[in-house]
Amino acid sequence: MSHFYSDVDHFALLPAILLALFGCAIFLFDFLLGERSRRWQLALVLPGLAFTGWHLWKQGQIAPFTAFHGALTIDAFGLFFNWLFLLTAALVAVISYRYLEIEDEHQGEYYGLVLMAQAGAYFLAVGTELITIFVGLETMSLSFYVLVGFLRRNRRSNEAALKYLILGAFSSGILAYGFSILYGIAGSTYLTDIAMAVAARPAFDPLTLIAILTVSAGILFKISAAPFHMWAPDAYEGAPTAVTAYLAVGSKIASLALLLRLFLGPLGTAREAWDPLLVLAAIASLTVGNLAAVTQTNAKRLLAYSSIAHAGYLLLGLVAGNTTGLQGIAIYTGAYVFMTIGAFLVLMAVHGEEIEDLNGFARRHPGYAVPMVVFLLSLAGLPPTAGFLGKYYIFLALIESGRYWLALVGAAYVAVALFYYFRLVRSMFLLPASVAPRPQASSLGLRVALGATGLVTLGAGIYPEPFLQLAMRSLLK
Amino acid sequence: MPWLTSLLALPLVGLLVLLVIPGTARNFIRLWANAVLLAGLGLALPLWQAFDRTASGYQFVDRMPWIPTLGAQFLLGIDGISLLLVMLTALLGPIAALASWNAIEERTKEFYAMLLLLQFGMLGLFLALDLLLFFVFFEVVLVPMYFLIGIWGGERRLYAAIKFFLYTLAGSVVLLLGIIALYWQGGLQLARPTFELTELLRVQLPVDTQRWLFWAFFVGFAIKVPMVPFHTWLPDAHTEAPTAGSVLLAGVLLKMGTYGFVRLSLPLFPEAAREAAPILAVLSIVAILYGALISLMQQDWKRLVAYSSVSHMGFCTLGLAALNSNGIAGSVLQQINHGISTSLLFLLVGFIYERRHTRQIADFGGLAMVMPRFAFVFAVAVFSSAGLPLLNGFIGEFTILQGAFVVSRAWAGFAVFGIVLGAAYLLWLYQRTMLGDLRNEANRGLADLSPREWVTVLPLLGLALAIGVYPKPWFAVLERPVLEMVGRMGR
Repeated sequence: MSHFYSDVDHFALLPAILLALFGCAIFLFDFLLGERSRRWQLALVLPGLAFTGWHLWKQGQIAPFTAFHGALTIDAFGLFFNWLFLLTAALVAVISYRYLEIEDEHQGEYYGLVLMAQAGAYFLAVGTELITIFVGLETMSLSFYVLVGFLRRNRRSNEAALKYLILGAFSSGILAYGFSILYGIAGSTYLTDIAMAVAARPAFDPLTLIAILTVSAGILFKISAAPFHMWAPDAYEGAPTAVTAYLAVGSKIASLALLLRLFLGPLGTAREAWDPLLVLAAIASLTVGNLAAVTQTNAKRLLAYSSIAHAGYLLLGLVAGNTTGLQGIAIYTGAYVFMTIGAFLVLMAVHGEEIEDLNGFARRHPGYAVPMVVFLLSLAGLPPTAGFLGKYYIFLALIESGRYWLALVGAAYVAVALFYYFRLVRSMFLLPASVAPRPQASSLGLRVALGATGLVTLGAGIYPEPFLQLAMRSLLK
Repeated sequence: MPWLTSLLALPLVGLLVLLVIPGTARNFIRLWANAVLLAGLGLALPLWQAFDRTASGYQFVDRMPWIPTLGAQFLLGIDGISLLLVMLTALLGPIAALASWNAIEERTKEFYAMLLLLQFGMLGLFLALDLLLFFVFFEVVLVPMYFLIGIWGGERRLYAAIKFFLYTLAGSVVLLLGIIALYWQGGLQLARPTFELTELLRVQLPVDTQRWLFWAFFVGFAIKVPMVPFHTWLPDAHTEAPTAGSVLLAGVLLKMGTYGFVRLSLPLFPEAAREAAPILAVLSIVAILYGALISLMQQDWKRLVAYSSVSHMGFCTLGLAALNSNGIAGSVLQQINHGISTSLLFLLVGFIYERRHTRQIADFGGLAMVMPRFAFVFAVAVFSSAGLPLLNGFIGEFTILQGAFVVSRAWAGFAVFGIVLGAAYLLWLYQRTMLGDLRNEANRGLADLSPREWVTVLPLLGLALAIGVYPKPWFAVLERPVLEMVGRMGR
């Protein structure tokens, strides 16, 4: 191979190539084979993900290494997030087909777009060069814009897609502006160069400050943290439920990976400058997310607001600024993948979006309602569930770094969160059925995913040791 | 298999088996749940014999690794204090199940599943010697109790269920922060992170840190007890819960708060506890008097009993605030006594409610004429609760007053006045419901206690009399741990 594209470069890029190839193959097969083959698309998604996983594993054997002169850094951090993306995409792919059939929008592109979004996310976790990162971010975002509007005959889905597109493009613009300032500071787009240039500048340097402001505004939008959260409730509500799950998990943790990469890497030396900003964003996210969720009548909107609050907790882990905080973020995101997808897939199975639609659900379908209680307890952060561990680590990190009041604020909102999460439990278990049962968008894939997410959410809470080991090893290597 | 682990695992295994029984086999479900809980009692009773009253420290310790990364272990063990509370829990579990035999017609399987889960959580809390494990059990009981109140409760069950959950949770998240902060301090001093209680007791904390941690733990436990001004969840939860829920709430769940004080707050933060004792005492006295006065005002039989718990738990916390051996030993025994007498009262209210579907005191009167046996049992329960000599309540309250008197005559004086008020509302309740003429015709046909009902109340009656007549064996169990604790407190 040539000097410009070595074997290592190829090896570093391979997971993204595979994802893109399989994605394009699905587009092509869908066009060639037409209507009959829709469910068979899954047979392309899963091998694609399996190949990707295999290569991620092989990368893990020799990590850390860099490729493309430092534009990609395959390290434990990037691999950890990529494994989470893989899990997310796999879960989202297997739960969707029955739901899309009921909505009469079972198109092959759906699976292709899921893989394309993951290909973009790949670069957010391992990219260490601004343009690489930006292209990755836009690849992911474009796929999501289409996915959110996937129910093309549904007005709300269209509205959600348009809002998300316009606001998303706007935020990408701000982020690109921030990137340009970073380039201006360093004269290079590589994060290592930027790190040196930023470190060489004085504390509270105005140019660095502008860069921090714009970059954080762009990324906070993507992880739907306040005050850049406005799009989230509308997009989450209008999008097909499976896409909402993907958006709430995949898009959020991919952007979180980028946030950590930038703020712990090149911007790490300017911590005094961004620390108050992120503290404010965290408190605002906890407050807006938790308080607004209380009054929602739509379950998807409720979960959307709660996901804003979760962004707040994740920011608190970064704010704590110690190893425990990072471990906390890793464990929190790990738990978040399972509990959030779990909660959304139960909503999918109910095939109703209003909280009322859940009334009496436990009587008819205890097999879905009981795992839902586990997911909701975990989202609220009660033991013995995976979500408790995440919150435990975040609180421990805050206490270790002496930020007792932030810990107290975070802890107080647990009680608020439980109140609105348990409005769903109240509907499912305590209230009699008020509406006629609707068709269930359940399927074999959904039931398997439900069992898997439920087992992990509860199992990781009861016996957390293996999960903690996994998270520690992947971050500390 | 180790004793305490088996005792703890039994309800959980019973629950897992219950889940595979089809929901239509109602009698079998009832039988199974009762059998499991009774077997738990059978497993717990020999502990009383095997327990070594002269040994110090914890006995029957079961230790297994749980989360080595965090330094948390699956660590169970009992001393005299937890022994009594474990026995109380093991006894009230089957009683609550048996009392629900006819009362729960709907969703029977879920009901007994929740009862077994609750039993698991309650036992675990009193057995745990690892703070993280303790906290997990502190939270585990919330979910089954939420469902017990919310599904099988009275008219305002939805409100009462979430109110109970939120109050306790709000306290327990602060408790969690306290535990984490203590764990962190301990990790710094002991050079390895651990949640083990006996290890953490060796940590030397500056008074300032102690103060913060003490109040963080206080919020968690005071809401659970509940102490005034955190008591407002109690009347709703107790009144709306089904009989089994009320029995276990009053009998066991409230003790989690006082047990938390005894087991964690006092020994872990002795200096801060000494400072805070007067505040605790004042809050306790307010609870005693205020609870009693509110009880006098109640029109609802069950609500009256619920408010009486506020008053009686005030005695338990007053004994703790005295910080001497009489006060603490009396407080622990009074926790048991309250578990016995209030459970009796709730059981009896439940029996009446099953027959008449009303709890308004005004609807009754002269019941002694149609239900003489019921009236007899109710009289014993009332006397026991009011602290009549030769019954259990007297012993506990008297010992607490002894302890309080040494510290402050004023505390003891106010508390005695609380006893008088307690006698007033309880005897007045008895007079309005049992004595006089049978005014309400609807009460004429009421059946007296059934054999099943006798079985549920007899053990409690026997215990009330046994403790009242010969309290020595009960204090004998408490002597070592209480003396050790008082030694730690430096009094």
